[in-house]
Amino acid sequence: MNNSVTEPNRDAAGAASAAAAAPKPAKPVETGKSNYSLVVLKELVKTDFKMRYQGSLLGVAWTVLKPLMLFVVMYFVFVRFLKFTDGTPHFAMVLLLGIVLWNFFAEATNMGMQSIVSRGDLMRKVHFPNYIIVIAATLNSMISLAINLGVVIVFSIINGVHFTWRVALVPVGILELYAITVGVALMLATFNVYYRDIQHLWEVFLQALFYAMPIIYPLSMAVNVSPRFAELILLNPVAQTIQDIRYWLIAPETTPTTWNYIHDPWVAAIPLLLVAAVLALGIYVFNRNSRKFAEIM
Amino acid sequence: MTSKSSEKSSRDAAASAPSSPSVPSSLDEETIITAAGERHETTEEALESPDTTDDLPEDVVLRVNHVSKVFRLPTERASGLKQAFINWTRGIKGYREQQVLRDISFDVHRGDFFGIVGRNGSGKSTLLKLISGIYVPESGQIMRRGKLVPFIELGVGFNPELTGRENVYLNGALLGFSRTEIDAMYDDIVQFAELEDFMDQKLKNYSSGMQVRLAFSVAIKAQGDILVLDEVLAVGDEAFQRKCNNFFASIKKDPTKTVILVTHDMGAVKKYCNRAILIKDGRIVESGNKDDVADRYSLENLEPLSTPAPAPAPAPAEGEGAGEGSGEAEASGDAAAAAAAQPAPEQYPLGLNARVPLLRVNAVSSPVVSSDDEFTFDVEYRFDEKTPFFLTFALQDMTRGGTTYEPGMLPMTRTGHQKVSFTLPMRAFTSTDFKIVASLSEPDPENPEETQRIAFTNNENSLMFTVRNDGEKTHDGLIKQTWFDLHQHYEDMDAESEPGTDAESGATDAA
Repeated sequence: MNNSVTEPNRDAAGAASAAAAAPKPAKPVETGKSNYSLVVLKELVKTDFKMRYQGSLLGVAWTVLKPLMLFVVMYFVFVRFLKFTDGTPHFAMVLLLGIVLWNFFAEATNMGMQSIVSRGDLMRKVHFPNYIIVIAATLNSMISLAINLGVVIVFSIINGVHFTWRVALVPVGILELYAITVGVALMLATFNVYYRDIQHLWEVFLQALFYAMPIIYPLSMAVNVSPRFAELILLNPVAQTIQDIRYWLIAPETTPTTWNYIHDPWVAAIPLLLVAAVLALGIYVFNRNSRKFAEIM
Repeated sequence: MTSKSSEKSSRDAAASAPSSPSVPSSLDEETIITAAGERHETTEEALESPDTTDDLPEDVVLRVNHVSKVFRLPTERASGLKQAFINWTRGIKGYREQQVLRDISFDVHRGDFFGIVGRNGSGKSTLLKLISGIYVPESGQIMRRGKLVPFIELGVGFNPELTGRENVYLNGALLGFSRTEIDAMYDDIVQFAELEDFMDQKLKNYSSGMQVRLAFSVAIKAQGDILVLDEVLAVGDEAFQRKCNNFFASIKKDPTKTVILVTHDMGAVKKYCNRAILIKDGRIVESGNKDDVADRYSLENLEPLSTPAPAPAPAPAEGEGAGEGSGEAEASGDAAAAAAAQPAPEQYPLGLNARVPLLRVNAVSSPVVSSDDEFTFDVEYRFDEKTPFFLTFALQDMTRGGTTYEPGMLPMTRTGHQKVSFTLPMRAFTSTDFKIVASLSEPDPENPEETQRIAFTNNENSLMFTVRNDGEKTHDGLIKQTWFDLHQHYEDMDAESEPGTDAESGATDAA
């Protein structure tokens, strides 16, 4: 009998006819919407996390085990056999932290890239803001990173690393790393919808990027080749973040960073500008194309 | 306000006339999808843009306004970089454009049960996806009020690796419900799906029927305002289908819920929908009255698929019809050709064509009779071909739904302009409204057991009449209580020795 029925008071609708006619509740809608994105994000992160080690015996333990095993391999090859060191008494810790951070970047960009395509089935059936899919995928790598950082800290304590006040700055570095990761993931995810070739290209590119950063080798080896070359390496925003976090968390005395190695502040600002540019470009490219994803896949 | 119930019954006629109420908008969501692909989810944003929902009548929950959709179909495989580059260097577009929907406009009112029918590939599903916001229109806009719950491609997007419970919660979140809201409807969903014992199993261990049942239950039990259903009436086993039917019947009565249904089941359209549109080649070709839409759809299905709109045929029978026998050659031509040669529908009212330019049911008795009377009517037709043909009619109960009586195929012997009259006694029936529809058929050349329809009466050419007994209260049943001898018999289950000692109590006499 009544045309307009509010959810809360179905029966009172008839009486409601008069006054409140025009002004539609603008604010509640706002909050409702952001809530919606949050609820969906939470559910997707949960699902992704459950799916991740689906069917494996050790499950979540792999989040810790995999980087540790990689670390053991690299430790023996580079620290024991090739005798790499940057003069830190805890180079093994510096190496482990670098691997953990790099793993995050590699994994998050990969998962972000695949995320849209792998959820194509869902997107053809329900409409929801699809950037959430990419965010959820990268957030899952964030969870792994958090667990891994816990392991690094425990190991560092055992190894007798002296923490300074700079540890408080680590979240800033993580945030920067996450910003560039999301920017890259958004671009890759968009591209992947159109051409799957990007998956193979990105694999090769990641390999190249890995060796272009002082993760397994100390920066001093690059300086030996040419100081200019070392500066160039530090302009890479990923390298800059990883070095910063190493500096803040473990070895402020010995870790060369963009800030203490490059003296021209304008040049040193390049990595930060790159992060902002990549994030902005990623958001722009994704937004431009995201409405068409359901049709293309 | 009372307008809703009355409007519901008269909606067929007043498809476009908005009921006047100045009731406040009680909706928590307004969405406008424009061609540019900008989506305004909030009222605030919507108000800033020129396309506001302000001019939308209060009871319109969905307005599709001149919407067109074009798909780009790749002509050669260009899903690789190499091919894309080669195409680019050669200046090849690599795709061809297919117009799926052209200039579609319609309104759906609150409380409607709105049917969208059309043959495969006509663009129905694309339209549903546009309405659901999954696709964006090329031009035009779609305005929507309230929470929309889609059920498209037989599912709501389940993950096979999650348990049934987790899937329900994930899906609820995607559909825009908070955790507490889903908690509230969870039991309902599980109960409707009859999957209480399976909710902690992974979905991949479900049978396909169970999966669809769960998905469908989520869609219909979710407390959305607009429910969009795509080809669902064949879901589940018979028991579940009966349940769905009951659900449809109840949601049809609910003036706050709107259902948009895509189906090939014309029975369902006639039974549930109050309005419908028929889409053909991306255009709306019939809109409004559900019976006309359903009949027109059945007619469309006689044509071979994807024939380009038939060239204006040299109307076969019309000219020769007057000159007696010479029409025979055309008429006995093969059925497909005859069907394809049907003239453009504009020339004849729906259901009629050049072969049968006239078919109408007329009342002979007064259109209001009592159960003591007999009702006499005649069927007037014009048919000039010398092939065997049949007439049939159906007595439809407009109050309770369904066909009450149908005499079967009656062979006709006279051609030309004829009137055949029939008389039906009404004494078995309680008060009701009846509608008589009629159709002409000919034997199907491909299947001698079957006949195919060549003409039928549309809403206008059908006949409505009423059976009314003064002072009689309305009955749930169409057949009078006194019509059968009702036998009642006790069997005392406590007394083991002599079962059935209590004698029959004979026919009960009511009233």
